[in-house]
Amino acid sequence: MKHYLLSVVQPAGGTPPAPEALAEIMRDVEAFNDELRAAGAWVFAGGLHGPETATVLRPKDGDVLVTDGPYAEGKEYLGGLCLIRAADLDEALEWGRKAALATTLPIEVRPFVDQH
Amino acid sequence: MAGRPDIEAVFRAEYGRAVAVLVRFLGDIDLAEEAVQDAFATALTRWPQSGVPPSPAGWIITTARNRAVDRLRRESSRNARHAEAVRLYAPDAPPEEGPVRDDRLRLIFTCCHPALAPQARVALTLRLLGGLSTAQIARAFLVPEPTLAQRLVRAKAKIRDAGIPYRVPRAADLPDRLSAVLAVVYLIFNEGYSSDAALCVEAVRLGRLLAELMPDEPEVTGLLALMLLVEARRPARHDADGVLVPLPEQDRSRWDRALITEGQELVRRCLRRGRPGPYQIQAAINAVHSDAPTAAATDWRQILALYDQLMAVAPSPVVALNRAVALAETEGPAAALDLVDALGLGSYHVLHAVRADLLRRLGRRAEAVVEYGRAAELAPSEAERAFLERRRTGDGGGRPHGDPCHPAGSPE
Repeated sequence: MKHYLLSVVQPAGGTPPAPEALAEIMRDVEAFNDELRAAGAWVFAGGLHGPETATVLRPKDGDVLVTDGPYAEGKEYLGGLCLIRAADLDEALEWGRKAALATTLPIEVRPFVDQH
Repeated sequence: MAGRPDIEAVFRAEYGRAVAVLVRFLGDIDLAEEAVQDAFATALTRWPQSGVPPSPAGWIITTARNRAVDRLRRESSRNARHAEAVRLYAPDAPPEEGPVRDDRLRLIFTCCHPALAPQARVALTLRLLGGLSTAQIARAFLVPEPTLAQRLVRAKAKIRDAGIPYRVPRAADLPDRLSAVLAVVYLIFNEGYSSDAALCVEAVRLGRLLAELMPDEPEVTGLLALMLLVEARRPARHDADGVLVPLPEQDRSRWDRALITEGQELVRRCLRRGRPGPYQIQAAINAVHSDAPTAAATDWRQILALYDQLMAVAPSPVVALNRAVALAETEGPAAALDLVDALGLGSYHVLHAVRADLLRRLGRRAEAVVEYGRAAELAPSEAERAFLERRRTGDGGGRPHGDPCHPAGSPE
């Protein structure tokens, strides 16, 4: 089994969905997580607060500098992530497809480096 | 005594098969390629003395596998997967014929996986299944060789690291995944159509392989039929000066009858299944053209009906343009001009060539000259440019129109 990271790509500065729409999305995401668990593919999943809540720690001359804000400003940011186990990319992509439909957002699928 | 040319022929015919089998043995594309190349290098020194063995593919596969196994045994640092491969495949196991079929199919689906960039799919397919060298592929696609080599390295790394599986997709995924495979083969064919005839030959070879491996998929048969029928006209497509000769003016006695017969038979066979897709319909359009003993005898009503069908299953502005050409033949140039003017294909040279022709037929000569000029400016090849220039200056009386068959729609 390989491990894959499904990243939820969130547009920056967009209008959030209306409460009813959001509630439906949350239900779909929960159902997706349940399906992952039932299949034994679930490792970890969670949403993230926005980039405005981020703090960056930068090593500098043996010390660490603390700065407010995200590491990089962008049109999109990481909105959440889901770590899964899958036999191969096709299986991971199938989960990614379901995640995209549930979250209504683009999903990036990336393999972890194999652990032996 | 078997000479070098024999080995080259075996190489072209059997390289893909051998790589496919070795990829399954070894689970590693690079290692499989190296082993197969080693085996062919050995063949080059052995076969001139011993003669080509009765089963050249079997000999190559067995030799490649033995080489790979020896090498893996020597290099103890290779990872566990390779050690397992050595353990699973004893060097004296006979080459299996049955699974070989599926191995090539698996490899095609891996090379054409939607997670790979389209250009990478084309390069991998030509490299791994066609046995074309990096230099050959780079030349054909006008890409610097290091760029293409890099593209292949990246694609193979993605297959390995992302875990792109080496298998035929399950039935539910097959229609989607198969269309990606067919698109790659057709792209190779189209590239060859306007640049390098060797690519057309390679595409037809890959088409034959797919048809052999997937005889029950009508679109596979349709694609092969389409390529054969278009390829059949190659000998008549250019005049002695290398200038393009449009379909209505081609010397039909120069068409390759054997390819036409084969293509038409395949069209009939796949259409009988009653699941017409875009490739089958385009093949059928070409079959109608090949049926006509002269351009004037072309059954344009049937062609128009087929374009209507094509618009229903795979609508696109290019298909609409070709449909307009058929409409000009059945309803006259005025009706067709209205349709063409409504299309948004401003920088597409065929649109201007078709428009120029319709204007000329309507007696609007001055406007036609301007349009021929625009088409010539935009034309991608010298052969087409020369042809359109001739039309512009009023030399030659026939008319160009979008090649009804060719999706790129160049005025054949």
